[in-house]
Order: sequence, then structure tokens, then C-alpha cells
Amino acid sequence: MKESLGATGLILNEPLLWEKGKKGRCGFSLPRRDVESFPLDQELTGEGPDFPDLSELDVVRHYTRLSQWNFGVDTGMYPLGSCTMKYSPKTNERQASLPGFAGAHPLLPASLSQGALKMMFELEQFLAEITGMDAITLQPAAGAHGELAGMLLIHAYHKKKGTHRSKIIVPDTAHGTNPASVALCGYRPLPVTSNEQGILSVEAIAEVMDEDTAGIMVTNPNTLGLFEENIQEIAEIVHAKGGLVYCDGANMNAIMGIVQMGKIGVDVMHLNLHKTFSTPHGGGGPGSGPVCVKNELEPFLPVPRVVRENGRYILAENYPESVGRVAAFHGSFGVTIKAYSYIRTMGSKNLKRASELAVLNANYIKESLKGTLHLPYDRPCMHECVFSDEHQKAHKVTTLDMAKRLMDYGFHPPTVYFPLVVHGAIMVEPTETESKEEIDQFIEAFRAIANEAKEIPDMLHDAPQKCKVRRLDEVAAARKPCLAG
Amino acid sequence: MQYLPHTSEDISSMLQVVRVDNLDGLFCTVPEDCRLKGDLNLPEALTEWELNDHMEALSGSMAVSPEYKVFMGAGSYEHFIPASTSYVLGRSEFVTSYTPYQPEMSQGTLQAIYEYQTLAARLLGMEVATASHYDGATALAESLLMAIRITRRKKVAISSLIHPLYRHVVKTYFEPTGYEVIELGYLKNGVTDPAGLDEMDDLAAVAVQSPNFFGCIEHLRAIGEKAHDKEALFITSFTEALAYGLLKNPGSQGADIVCGEGQSLGIPRSFGGPALGMLASKKKYMRSLPGRLVGQTKDLDGKRGFVLTLATREQHIRREKATSNICTNNSLCALAAAMYMASVGCSGIRELARLNRDKAEYLKKGLREAGFAITFDSPTFNEFVVEFPAGFEATYGHLLKKKIVPGLSLPPYYPELANHYLLCVTETRTKDDMDALVREVT
Repeated sequence: MKESLGATGLILNEPLLWEKGKKGRCGFSLPRRDVESFPLDQELTGEGPDFPDLSELDVVRHYTRLSQWNFGVDTGMYPLGSCTMKYSPKTNERQASLPGFAGAHPLLPASLSQGALKMMFELEQFLAEITGMDAITLQPAAGAHGELAGMLLIHAYHKKKGTHRSKIIVPDTAHGTNPASVALCGYRPLPVTSNEQGILSVEAIAEVMDEDTAGIMVTNPNTLGLFEENIQEIAEIVHAKGGLVYCDGANMNAIMGIVQMGKIGVDVMHLNLHKTFSTPHGGGGPGSGPVCVKNELEPFLPVPRVVRENGRYILAENYPESVGRVAAFHGSFGVTIKAYSYIRTMGSKNLKRASELAVLNANYIKESLKGTLHLPYDRPCMHECVFSDEHQKAHKVTTLDMAKRLMDYGFHPPTVYFPLVVHGAIMVEPTETESKEEIDQFIEAFRAIANEAKEIPDMLHDAPQKCKVRRLDEVAAARKPCLAG
Repeated sequence: MQYLPHTSEDISSMLQVVRVDNLDGLFCTVPEDCRLKGDLNLPEALTEWELNDHMEALSGSMAVSPEYKVFMGAGSYEHFIPASTSYVLGRSEFVTSYTPYQPEMSQGTLQAIYEYQTLAARLLGMEVATASHYDGATALAESLLMAIRITRRKKVAISSLIHPLYRHVVKTYFEPTGYEVIELGYLKNGVTDPAGLDEMDDLAAVAVQSPNFFGCIEHLRAIGEKAHDKEALFITSFTEALAYGLLKNPGSQGADIVCGEGQSLGIPRSFGGPALGMLASKKKYMRSLPGRLVGQTKDLDGKRGFVLTLATREQHIRREKATSNICTNNSLCALAAAMYMASVGCSGIRELARLNRDKAEYLKKGLREAGFAITFDSPTFNEFVVEFPAGFEATYGHLLKKKIVPGLSLPPYYPELANHYLLCVTETRTKDDMDALVREVT
């Protein structure tokens, strides 16, 4: 293969913040004091927090060095399945930091915030079109927050009908947050197993769906990267018993312009703007998880809603059946600007092309690696494919070993040990923004690692060798937690 | 399209490997009747340069500094953010990484979050802090649910001077659970009336915000003692994190859980989000905390390193029995706060907090001397309530035209406070700005 990407550059050590600095330094230009000092009861004042005193350069070097111990999409391929680490366009960052957006107070009168409201209104329309749903809230701050908002909507819907239902069907190929979101809303998740093809069968749903079940929460495409082909019949069964269909839309990036969920029986779904719509993940957020609903659920959406009246935009609160608020203000507004910018620069044609290429890249990896790695569900996939370490077991090499070894080759590992339905899962999602050359290099790296597994398995057990640290003791971290210094 | 690297040659050679004739063929598992016929109806794609013009026009219609003088806080505060903070925060190794599931490749994020947890705990006077939550409101809701889990009781008492929108979020989170929320009234001097607590039993928690929504500093210790007498957990909330640069921290006043909004610590207001939910507690409640935690450990060579830890509380392991459903949190906002706290330092944050307080006092004095009633006489930090004469709406509208936003009108949130406004002054308002405001309202 070509020269490997993985190398050890000059990586500098850096202590903890409070191991640096000296009393009396300050890294902040203190604003001018143009008013006198007013007395304040000594009883109320404290000593001030025990922060280190650092100069501006101390702080800048600290974080610059730390950043160099990190790997991002801008560093290299990050094929973390289900997390959709596609490229985050830089122009979107620019738009979100425009002073009129970044500096805006969330409670400004509508007359002084038309630009923000117009952007929100239009983004809601775009998302409605892309999903085939009728109405949107941008308030949820992340995917799991959207799931919670969706569950609240389902709860409010049944409550208005005067019925109390206690369960929600959650298939084994759903996202990990789904059962927790269901439970937060007082429902009991009812697990259902997928069939031998990795998807839900109509019979499995028909068997469990009853009038005590509020609905189903289905991830589509699912976490095996497979399209739930029976979704329409499943929706019919759920609807016939008075239930609602929730779609976890985290994997919407596979089907933009191909499938509109609102047209195939879905009543409510969330999107992850930090996945499908290219906003960066920030090492764990902020995200944004808009919820999209069909007309029958619109009255229950969180307030305030952005409304257009006589060509002006206002925030309307008067929705008596609304579930309330899930965030103090308007959710991750700064993130929604980036998604808006993405949709405006892509347009209909390129959004569809992005989905097609994401699916092409995933299938290309699946076909190229299926001899090297075990492929439990050998059928056309959507945006991601799931392998396992079955072939490497003979050499006592695990998924984890291969994942760690990939780092030495200069790639972020795929998602591992998820979904739970595949033992030792290796879930690869390349996204559409990786070129064929990058992907070929990734495939070669995996083939080389599979060879190493046969010939020098200890190399894998000892990986990674080229990162800032070697394998970390996670058991000790949990047994004797040290959460602050 | 500059984000899509595939040439037509790439596409055909890859399709060959997949053994599919064309891109459409990749979707053979999607039933025909599930497929969208035709194209999505979206506006024509813009070039990067057209997008710049379009977004600048939208952004240009917003009322922001320096053109507008905004005297509005109420949970979102205008503070100076050093260029160094924005600059290092923009390092794409931080911005374009995922949740640090692979610690060897994410030590930058992990050490930075560990440092954030430490500085947050020090600011609030607590032993442990989580890696972040969505905002102050959801942090409060999660804190109350946490207290319910710890005490196995089903009722909480919260002050009516907690931010009204935070209380609205709590109500929303609690609606399907059957847990009860009781509100405590307030006294004439603008602080929580804890008298109601005497009558209440079986409380999981008592929650109070300080400085409260009116800007007044609460008697935390006294309310905390009452809460503890009832064997309830004492939760304190905040919207203005900078206050603890000057005021006694909630931990020293007996708080068991502290939660609130960290936007003041180097995060732009951005029309309300993304924000920073901060949540900290005593160490004994650590295993009941919702959300991510970073812990220190060692690698195979005994070198210090950091990992996500106590994951057995979390949704991906505990499924429906998790302490929370939170997964993606607001990590980058926590990083901004850590950078900001490291930049201002101990003496800087004290001086900055003092300046906020003094400037607010200066405006308060000016308005009082101009004949307006300062409704509550409790000490305040950087916000306070003023009663303007009846019919002030016209003046308010007139001031907006002069590019001054004179605070937040309170009756939508507290109907009993007709003609009352909540004003805020931070270090970003000058003496001239304040003098101009007093001149214009008189």
C-alpha cells in the first residue's frame, strides 16, 4: 500500500491548567471601570473561585497543544457508524458567527429580530419538504432531546383522546437513546427483535401491537444500515390499533430526496442537524434535533412557534394544547443557521446526490471488505455497513484490537460493539464527503490489519502505538472515579 | 459541488465493484411505493458568495451591539469574549470531532472537559460537575428528576423566582411523569418566601435560583437549612454564572445539587442557543448524575490520561434504566467556558463580577434619582426590577427606535407586576450608555 497516513508528529506534553500559571497573571483585558464602586454586604461575598492565573499565551498554547492530541473530520476519515461524521463546510461557521446572529438576545421584540425568525421559518419549511412532514419545531437541542419531545407529543396526543397507554415498541435495531427517552416519558419500552434479514417483520409487530401500546419508535434506515422495507404495513398495523409511528431520523442522510417519511406512514420524527445537515459535532455537541410532525400532532408542538403574519415573522405562544417548552429559548439557534446554510448551498439536486454517494461509499466498502471481515447481513445497505470480528477470533484478535490498530494507520475507528444485534460489531459509515482515494486507503488499511491479525496478533493487542497515550485503564477510572482535580 | 468529491469516473468504477448499474440501483431495497417521485421542492442552490450576501442581509436586520444598546438579561447576557477564546475554540480538531468514544484519539477533548468539570466545580463550590447539559433550564429539570431518584419521593418545591421559562421546561418534563411541582411565592423584598415549606412533607427537593429572576440575591443558607430539616435535597439554580466570581458560591451555602446556565462564560448569546447547562453535585450523589462524565486514569505505561467514565449510568448501557437519555450534550460550549475561566483567572473574574455589580448599581441609582421606583430592596447582582409609570409602552417603543432596548417587560411572566421591567447591565454597557438611558426615559 501507499505510505500509511499514521505517523508520530512532534506532539508536545502539556500539564493540567492549574499545574501552570502564576498568581497575578491574567489572560483577559479587563474592561474600563467608568463608574464608582458601590458597597456590598460582606456577608454576601465569597473569596472568588480557585482558578489558575494564566497569561493569554499560556491559555492559547495550552489549548493548541490539547487540540493536537485530538482527531477530527478535518484531520482525516472518521467512519463512526451512525454518527455521520461528514465534512462540516467552513462557510456555515462563518454564517453562524455573523454579529447579528451571534450577538442576538433571544427575547428581543419580533420587530428587532426579523432575520433570525425568517431563517427559522424557512428552515422549518425546508425540513418539512425534505421529510414530507407538515410542521416542525427547532427547539430540541440534540437527537435524544428530540426523541423526548416526540414522546411528549405522543403522550399529549393520547391524553387528549382520553386514553392512557403504557408501552412503546422499540426494536433491537433502534438507537441506544430510544429506550431511555421512552422511559423518561413514563412509557415502558417493549423490545422487538428484527428478523434474519436484519429488518422488522410485519408479523412481529402485529403480534405485540395492542391498545395499550402508544406507538412504535423505529430507526429507519436502521442501525444495521438497512431500510425497513415493511414500514408501510407496520404503520398500518400500528395506526389500526390507535398508535403512532415515531421515526428516529438520525439516518436521514441516506435517503434525502429518495424517501419522504411523512408519505409512508410516519407521524413524528426527529432529525439530527449535526449529522444529516453537516453541522460539526464539537467533540460531543452542541447538536440540534428538530422534531417534524404530521398535522394531527401539530397542536401539541412546543412553544413558541415561528409564524408569518402579513409578511412579518412573530413568535406565537397561544397554543393551549402545546406540550410546553423543552428548552429555555429557541434551542440551538446557532446550529440551525449552519444547517440552513447547508441546505441553501446544496439545493434539491445535491442533497439527493449526497445521499446517493453516501450509500455508494458504504456499499463499496461492504463489497471490498466482505472477504476480509465477516459480514453478518449480506444484502444491499444504505449509508453504513456492519461487519464483525468472527474471522479474527481464531487469532484471538477482537474488534477492539482492530479498532485501536486503525488509529496507527491514521483513521478514526468505526463504531464498535454496536448495534447489539451483531456480536463484536464494526459499524462503518464513510459518508459522502470521503473520496474514493481516501476510502481505498481505508480498505487497504483494514486488509493490512487483518493480515497482521493472522501473522503478528500482538501488534494489534498492543495498539495503538502512535497516539498521545496507549490504551487507557477504563475499569480503574470507573472503580475509583477522579472527576475533578 | 465542492463538498462532493466523486468524479463520474469514480462513480462508475465504484458501481462496478458494487455490481449495480446506476446510483438509483443502490436503493433497490426501498420499495417502489416508498420512493419520492420527482424532486424536492427547495430553493435553487446558492454559491458560497451568494450565501454570504443572503446571510449578511438576514443578520443585518437584527438588533445587536454596538449599534443597539440592549439592557436585557433574563437568562442571556452580553459579556465580552476575548478573541483568544473564540480563536482556540475554533481549532477544527475540537470542532470536528465526535463524542470521545475512542480516548486514545481524543485526549484533547477529554483533558479539556476534565478541566472544565474541575473549574465548574470550583466556581460553584461543589465536588463534581458533569461534562455539560443543553441549557440551564434542562439542567434544572434533570436536577429535580435526579433528586426524585435519590430520595424516592415524588414531589418538589421550586421558587417562583426561578426563571419563568425554566419553570415552564420543568413543567413540560414533569407532565407525563405524575411527579408534583409546588411553587413557593415571593416576599415584598424580591426573594423567595420559604414559609410554605413548613406545611410540606415528603419533598424530594427544594429549588431556588440565586441571583433570582428579579436579580435579587437569595438567602440560600436559610432556605437550605429548611430543606434539609425536611430531609429534602437542596438544589440551587442560576442564570448568571459570573455572579459567583463575587458572591458566596452555592456549595458553601449548603447546596446538594447546583444547576444553571453557563452562557456568560465566553459563549455568544446566539438568540438563546447553543447554551451551556451546568450541573454539579456533592460527590456522594455522583452515581445518580445525569449526563456524561470524564475521569482521570492511566494508560498501559502508567501515563496520565482521561476517559468517559461511569457509563453504567448512561443510556447506551442501562437502556431504559439510565439516569438520563442525554447523549450529545454541549461539549464545545463547555470548552468555551473552560477557556474563558482560564483566561479571566481568579482575580480577573472577581474584578469583572464586581464591575458588573457596580455598573448595575450605577444605573439603579440613576433611575432612582430620576424618580422611578426600584421595586425590591434586596441586594442585586447585575439585574434589577424598575417600575416605570403607566403608559411606558409608548416610551419603550420610542426607545427601540433610538436603538435602546430598555429591559424586559415583566407582566407576561408576572401579571401582578404591571409596568415593571427587568433591566440588566454588564461590563459591556458604558457610563454614557446608562446616562443616555436615564435621559431618554425621563
